[in-house]
This record gives sequence, C-alpha cells and structure tokens, in this order.
Amino acid sequence: MIEIKDLHKSYKMGSNSLHVLKGINFKVEEGELVAIMGSSGSGKSTLLNILGMLDGADSGEYNLDGVPIKNLSETKAAQYRNKFLGFIFQSFNLINYKSALENVALPLYYQKVPRKERQEKAMKYLERVGLKPWASHLPSELSGGQKQRVAIARAMAAEPKVLLADEPTGALDSTTSYEVMDLIQKINDEGNTILVVTHEEDIAHMCKRIVHLKDGVIVEDKKIEQVRAEQYV
Amino acid sequence: MFDLERWQEIFDTIRKNKLRTFLTGLSVASGIFILVILLGFGQGMRNGIEHEFKEDASTSVWVWPGVTSKEYKGLNPGRRIQLVNENFDNASSMFKSDIEYGSSRIFVRGISVNYGKEALIYGVQGVAADFQFIENASMIEGRFINYQDEVAAGKVAIIGNKIKKDVFHEVDSPIGEFIDISGIPFKVIGVFKEMEEREEERIYIPITTAQKAFNGGNRVNNMSFALPPVENFDQAVAQAINFKNGVKEYIQQVHTISPEDNSALEVWSAMEEAKRYYGLTNNIKLFFWFVGICTIIAGVVGVSNIMMIVVKERTREIGIRKALGAKPWSIIGMILHEAIFVTAISGFSGLIFSMALLELVGPNIEVDYVLNPSVNFNVAFSTVIVLIIAGTLAGFVPAYRAAKVKVIESLRDE
Repeated sequence: MIEIKDLHKSYKMGSNSLHVLKGINFKVEEGELVAIMGSSGSGKSTLLNILGMLDGADSGEYNLDGVPIKNLSETKAAQYRNKFLGFIFQSFNLINYKSALENVALPLYYQKVPRKERQEKAMKYLERVGLKPWASHLPSELSGGQKQRVAIARAMAAEPKVLLADEPTGALDSTTSYEVMDLIQKINDEGNTILVVTHEEDIAHMCKRIVHLKDGVIVEDKKIEQVRAEQYV
Repeated sequence: MFDLERWQEIFDTIRKNKLRTFLTGLSVASGIFILVILLGFGQGMRNGIEHEFKEDASTSVWVWPGVTSKEYKGLNPGRRIQLVNENFDNASSMFKSDIEYGSSRIFVRGISVNYGKEALIYGVQGVAADFQFIENASMIEGRFINYQDEVAAGKVAIIGNKIKKDVFHEVDSPIGEFIDISGIPFKVIGVFKEMEEREEERIYIPITTAQKAFNGGNRVNNMSFALPPVENFDQAVAQAINFKNGVKEYIQQVHTISPEDNSALEVWSAMEEAKRYYGLTNNIKLFFWFVGICTIIAGVVGVSNIMMIVVKERTREIGIRKALGAKPWSIIGMILHEAIFVTAISGFSGLIFSMALLELVGPNIEVDYVLNPSVNFNVAFSTVIVLIIAGTLAGFVPAYRAAKVKVIESLRDE
C-alpha cells in the first residue's frame, strides 16, 4: 500500500539546514495498523506530513497504492489527498461553525457527492462512531473525545485507502484515549490501513507494528502482539 | 458561479458568520450611499443654477446705451447715446438669420396711471410682442401684446401678477378692466408672472402706442434679442458672443462711439454669464466626483481590509479544507464568490436606498441654487459594478495567498 525508498528531507533555518529525515525505507501492507514512535524532533511528524502529501520530500521515492507520488502540483496533491487519504489530527481540526454532520460531510463535498447523498453517508459514519444524536451539534458543544470521534468519522467518510493519525490521543485523557484507540482498532479490523504517530508507549502497543524513529532514521521496526483497547473502556 | 453546491456552501458560511458579513456589507453600502448622495447634490446644484438663469431666455442679449466717456472722431465725451427705431430695425435685418426674437423697449415717463380713483405708481414700458419670449414672462391670464396690437398701436395693457393682487382685488379678473394712463384708457388684456416680484410691478403696452401717445417719437431706451436655442452649450456661447460683437460694432458705428468706450454702450449676453456659472458647476461636479471616488476607494480599501481579516481568520479552516482535498482554485473561488455576493447585495442595497432617498427628499428641497437633486441611474449602476470588481480584486490577493500557503502551515495557525 505504502512504499518508501531512501526518503530525505531537510528544513532550511536561516543559513543552517536541518536534516530531519535521513534516508527512510519503509513499507506498509494493506490492512496494517502501524505506530510510528519517536521522541519529539525525531522526524515522525515530518514523515507523516510527507506521507499525507502535506509536504514534499527532497529526494527518495514514495508509492501510494502503486501511484508514484512525486512533483505534485497543489491541485493534484489535493485530488490524491481527497481520494487516498484520511487525516486525524491531534487538535481535531474541525470547522467550528459547522455542525458535526456538516464536518463529516465536508470531504464528500470535495468529492462532488450530491448534498443529499453526502448527508446520508455522513450520518452513517457518525452513527458508526456513536455520535448520531450529536449530529447537529457544533464542535464547541462536544467533548474532546467526541470531537476526535467526529474527526475520525470525517476521515472515514471519504473512504480513503490509508488513514493517517497524528497523535490522535495527544489532547485526550487516558480513558478517552482508549475509547478512540478502540474505535481505530475496530476500523482496522474491517481491513483499513492506518498509520498512527504517537509518543505514548501504551497507545503504540495497541497497534500491530511499531516503527521507531530516532534522529531521522528508523532504528527499530517490529511486529507486536496487539493490546486491545476494549478491555480498558 | 452556477454551481448549486457552491451556493449552498456560501450561504452556510454567510448564515453562520452574520456579523462579519454585515460589517463587510455595511462598508460597501455606505460607500455607494455617500457617492450617490454626493452626485445627487452635484446635479442638484447644477439644476438650481440652471433654474436661476431660466428667468430670462437663456439666449437673450441686451443692449443698453449710456453716456460716452471717451473722445472719439472729434466728438466730446459726455454725450448721451439715444437709440432710435431705425437702430433696432437695422440690427434686426442685419442679423435676421441669427436672432429668433427681438424687441426694443421704451420707458414711458411723465405720465400718471389711474385705476378708477386709485393712482398707481407702477412703471409703464412700451415693448414689442416678442418681448414676452425674451423676458420669459408666463401668462397666467389673458394674452401678451401681439403683432396686431403693435401695428394698430392698440390701447391695451399687460399687468404683472403683483399689480393684479394689489390693485384688482375687488374684481374677479382684471381682464377687460380699464386703466387710465395720462387720460387715455387702456384695456387690460393679460396678466403675467415672473420669478421675481420686482419684475411683476410693470405695465406693458405696445411700443408703437407708447411712442405715439406719449410723445416718444422714434426713441428707444434699450433693445433686447433672443437667439435660437442650440443643443451644444459651447456653440450657443460662441453664437451669443458673435452676435453681441456684431450688434455692438453696428451701434458704435452709427452713433460714433469709440470701440474702447465701455460706458457709452453695454451689450450683455445671458449666455456668457451662464457660461461662468456652468464653469463653476462643472468644477463643483468634478469636486463631488473626486470626493465620491475617494469614498469608493475608502470602501474598496475597507472591503480588502475585511477580506484580509476574513482570510486570516479562516486560515485554519482553509488548511482543513485543503487537507480534506480542496483544490487551491476551489478555495479562491469560495472566498471570492462570497466576497462578490456580499459586495453585490450590499452595493445594490446602498444604491437603492440612496436613490430612494433622493427620489423622496429631492423634490422637497427648497434652497437657493439646489434644485431637485437626482442622479443618473446608469452612472450609479456602473459605480456599483466598479466597486464589485474592485472588491473582487481586493479579495483576490489575500485569497490567492491563502490558497497557496502550505497546509501544514495553515493548520499550525491558531
């Protein structure tokens, strides 16, 4: 599903250049649930941004579902993001003047799905994350966990090939974190490919594979026995 | 533009950001409002000045003789110039093709005027039938002197409206009444109205009668002419000046007056006078346009300011939309679509509101030199269009920049 070869990325900071990713090689198969771990500054968020086409790499190859991702124009990148990727952010990133339902329906708007179908579909995904009764609520009327569940529903609504979660539990307490992880695990059980960036050990162990990043290189890549989040909920 | 989905998205945004929309709209609407009102008053002043000049036929030219002040061809200064019928007839035939109406005038002096037992102290002037059109006197009752009266030296009199009110208040109408001028009865056949009351205190009789009955001989006190109206204002002025110089030259020749002697002969052209005022109103109009355009610029700056704030405020939202797959042009389109929609709606409501105000209040304004302020709809309409285009351009720059910002950067924005 995802294939990366010798990926390099550096940021220019004035006259210095900061080499963040120093040759990443990495492969993700369909249906995997991968945790990308590392301390801050290890390059894990940069990697996720490149995977999410929110940022470009300096050199290296990136194939997503057999499509080479290279020298994308903004328009092309937007198209690919819409078609291939779903994002879950640490700070939820919901549009604050739109209701939960409208937020979930937004990626479908950019897929040119008609309004009625959009709303039906959005409602279906809201129901899956257990927030159907909150459909007409604004994000400000929801708790953190609920917001993240809306964000997950939104990421799912576009039916992407890969879900990218950047510290999805970073802003949540541990109980809510487990609830969100439980949801992510269930989505993964249905065959969805998910990448989770986290620095929390317990969250990482709820995935099926942990990739450890340190100073821009992968230092460890192991499959693990998944801890089900269900038992903590 | 005709994408229904986009419209729904815009309406959603507008509905949920009422204050922002209202403020943008207000700055646009007030810009248009002020401009239209200013232009309206510019036009109002123009109308007012035009109105003041309508008193006399705007093409009229008046010839007033005086006393010479310069020695010329062996003649001493201090001579009184006396015009005669011949001067008028010759001038009329010399410039036949240039003039539309012409009348000489004589002030009848040394007479007494009575109505019944009442002595009247109004001036009596002998004029020709054409004088009505030169003076622009409007008849409210009866008729003015006509050519038959002139030829037959009829004993008829036309009185001003003020005389009617002051003297003939005991009869229904002064028409048919007789007034007595130095023992000769004159039948009142008409009442005229003037803009100024002072000019209504006159009794007009045929000039032929005035000369024959009151020992006027062939003397004339002054002459007046009206030139045919011309569409083009500059042409009308040129025509008036041309005629004025011609008449002046002729009178100077026959009465042996030095061409440099201004006190011996005065020829006054209403057109020339009007030109000065027109020049003034043109300047006023220019000034109002200038102020109006500055207002519009302020409006445009306001719109672009608000657009910049709106875009800044929406940076994160734009980032989210882009992460979810919005293309850069769809972002620009969304922001501009909203800007155009809001500017158009508020621009036109400002237009309608100000035009309605001018329409309602305009005709009731009674101030000197301001009359019926109004504005050309096409001009106002184009201004709104210009503002919309300017607002769009003003919104385009921040929208374009916002769309170009990297998603990760806009998402970092708090």
